[in-house]
Amino acid sequence: MTTTQTQTTGALGGAPAGGARELDALDVLEAESIHIIREVVAEFERPVLLFSGGKDSVVVLHLAAKAFWPGKVPFPVLHVDTGHNFPEVIRFRDETVEKFGLKLEVASVQDYIDDGRLRERADGTRNPLQTQPLLDAIAAGRHDAVFGGARRDEDKARAKERILSLRDEFGQWDPRNQRPELWELYNGRHTPGQHVRAFPISNWTELDVWRYIEREGIDLPPLYYAHERDVYRRDGMWRAVSPVSEPRDDEAVERRTVRYRTVGDMSCTGAVESDAADVTAVVVEVAASTLTERGATRADDRISEAAMEDRKKDGYF
Amino acid sequence: MTTIFRFATAGSVDDGKSTLVGRLLHDSKAILADQLEQVERTSADRGFGQGAIDFALLTDGLRAEREQGITIDVAYRYFSTGRRSFILADCPGHVQYTRNMVTGATTADAVVLLIDARNGVLEQTRRHLSVVRLLRVPNVIVAVNKIDLIGFDEGAYREVERATAELVEGLGLPPAHIIPVSALEGDNVVERSERTPWYEGPALLELLESLPTVDEAESELDPFRLSVQLVLRPQGGLSHTVENPDEFVDYRAAAGRIASGTVRVGDRVTVFPGGATTTVTGIDAGPVALEEAIAPQSVALRLADDIDTARGAVIVAEGTLPTPRREIDAELFWLDRRGVREGARVLVKAGTTTVQARLDRIHGRRDLDTLELVPATALEINDIGEANIRLAGELALDDYARQRRAGAFLVIDPQDGATLAAGIVVTRDPAVATQQVGLYAGANI
Repeated sequence: MTTTQTQTTGALGGAPAGGARELDALDVLEAESIHIIREVVAEFERPVLLFSGGKDSVVVLHLAAKAFWPGKVPFPVLHVDTGHNFPEVIRFRDETVEKFGLKLEVASVQDYIDDGRLRERADGTRNPLQTQPLLDAIAAGRHDAVFGGARRDEDKARAKERILSLRDEFGQWDPRNQRPELWELYNGRHTPGQHVRAFPISNWTELDVWRYIEREGIDLPPLYYAHERDVYRRDGMWRAVSPVSEPRDDEAVERRTVRYRTVGDMSCTGAVESDAADVTAVVVEVAASTLTERGATRADDRISEAAMEDRKKDGYF
Repeated sequence: MTTIFRFATAGSVDDGKSTLVGRLLHDSKAILADQLEQVERTSADRGFGQGAIDFALLTDGLRAEREQGITIDVAYRYFSTGRRSFILADCPGHVQYTRNMVTGATTADAVVLLIDARNGVLEQTRRHLSVVRLLRVPNVIVAVNKIDLIGFDEGAYREVERATAELVEGLGLPPAHIIPVSALEGDNVVERSERTPWYEGPALLELLESLPTVDEAESELDPFRLSVQLVLRPQGGLSHTVENPDEFVDYRAAAGRIASGTVRVGDRVTVFPGGATTTVTGIDAGPVALEEAIAPQSVALRLADDIDTARGAVIVAEGTLPTPRREIDAELFWLDRRGVREGARVLVKAGTTTVQARLDRIHGRRDLDTLELVPATALEINDIGEANIRLAGELALDDYARQRRAGAFLVIDPQDGATLAAGIVVTRDPAVATQQVGLYAGANI
């Protein structure tokens, strides 16, 4: 099981040139993901990639860039903007879109709240509010396939998700009536009004994602790495002080060295204390972690055991 | 360096499969503190004793499953050791077990089948093994579970072992790896147990770390084959990573995933349709130019001659193109609630091609106890049967027994797009059929 490489141009990463080598776990995962991305582009009219600037969607974009090299990525990206973003993530999003020469579509939760189509929730979290703007944006863009960076190791409901997942006109996921997924033959046929969610990195774990980011030299928003920040403790997590996540009177603000394991809505994403200032240190930290990334950093997934399942059924990603 | 190993778990109701999966994840440290805490809390709510864990809760993902204490659909789990990263397809055993088993087994390097040591071989064991046999999963592991409940008794275990080995041999499977385990207490799951001194084989995890993958056992040895997904021709603009755009004005490459074998720059290849032969002038994996690539890599092939390699084309090592067919005999695993009758119009998706097709004749339905064909003109959900299918266009299919990825296809409903069946191309000639069993056995070291 060996391959020989002669040269690399480096800009899209890749294992070192020269010499014979075996295929390791990352090589096999990468091959599977590129195969899925190419299948979807070949069989659908108007695919789009959900792109938040988070590490998983950044990895999918990197894989797409490799899949279609030397051409550019042949589909636009869609950001469901909760209005509660980390400014450095929005900056990263815009720089990335510019660098890759992509078209950016934005579905704004804030617009929906401003004109009354959605109401702010009592707990202030906007993650559950993303579904309607997302579905409207899919319909407006006439997208028949929507790539996402979801992984099956993230959550028990996602463990049952297919790589190609059929959604009805309401965007609903029916876990009890999924298509069997056989060999590497993906069935993306759908009727008008239906669309397909495609998850090319379904089989990757958080650690695989970080090892791949390290191997390929992929850029991420800086808040994934250790930095100093004003934070306060809530629900066992460190929350950033910001206009959308103000501490209450009984919550003391401290300056701590933290990093984010996930990057979501600022109002419900927590940081972890960490000294991991570069990707190599993060790989070591993730490998030794005793908490899942969602358990450690997502307040919304702690609401109930079935939180993710309920959001997915309603058309969430 | 770690490699990937995919396996499926299957078993009858109440044989403790969820417990085994939970135990594997827990003992290999794949369960993190917050997940364990959640499970401990729910276990306590359910009346489990102090500190005791219902391992099944680690794998039951959906609300209905937790409420009813059952598993609805195939769930995927991930864990790793220093040697391998594992992808586990957990296939429920009670409802639609053939459908779930087929889904899990088509991508599996191994199947772990559970048997309750107290009950021995059941009807469902036989059926699961039949599916494994027909889909040619390269490695079969039988975990004889609840060995603690028979007092770690060697005599009783040997009896189950003998019956299992006999069944496996009778079905024409390669010898199975049979292990006495207690999922509940952890014996022989991750480490060898001192309570089964009469068992000299490896623990389950040791075995999973050492068995060959499908690609190691078969695909790498087979001739090169790739189904073209699409042609890369950068008309919409070049990647920002390209430094010398002039070099790519005439760039054209056939992109796809290598189904089997090895391809090197300079190799002669034959292209279907048309049968023209040309030379590989370049192998690109993104911006990295390779001298050589192997299954299951995703690559883009540059060819010396301007041959039509649109989506659906198949590129193979020179002289190894299977005879293109418009008619195939196939084993069908019927997976849809709506059954099928002779004459049905369907779509067949194989590799990267989808064609219209008609089920001209159903040769029969398999009796899953004997694997013999019983006369039938219709197939219902969970039936396995043989049929003759007429295709609207020629396909370069091969026998599944010769090359998995070249002989597998989906049967799709032309109206609503549902996946109706999993199909594999077979040869009905008895002489060749016997030879296939030999090949299957030979592929397993």
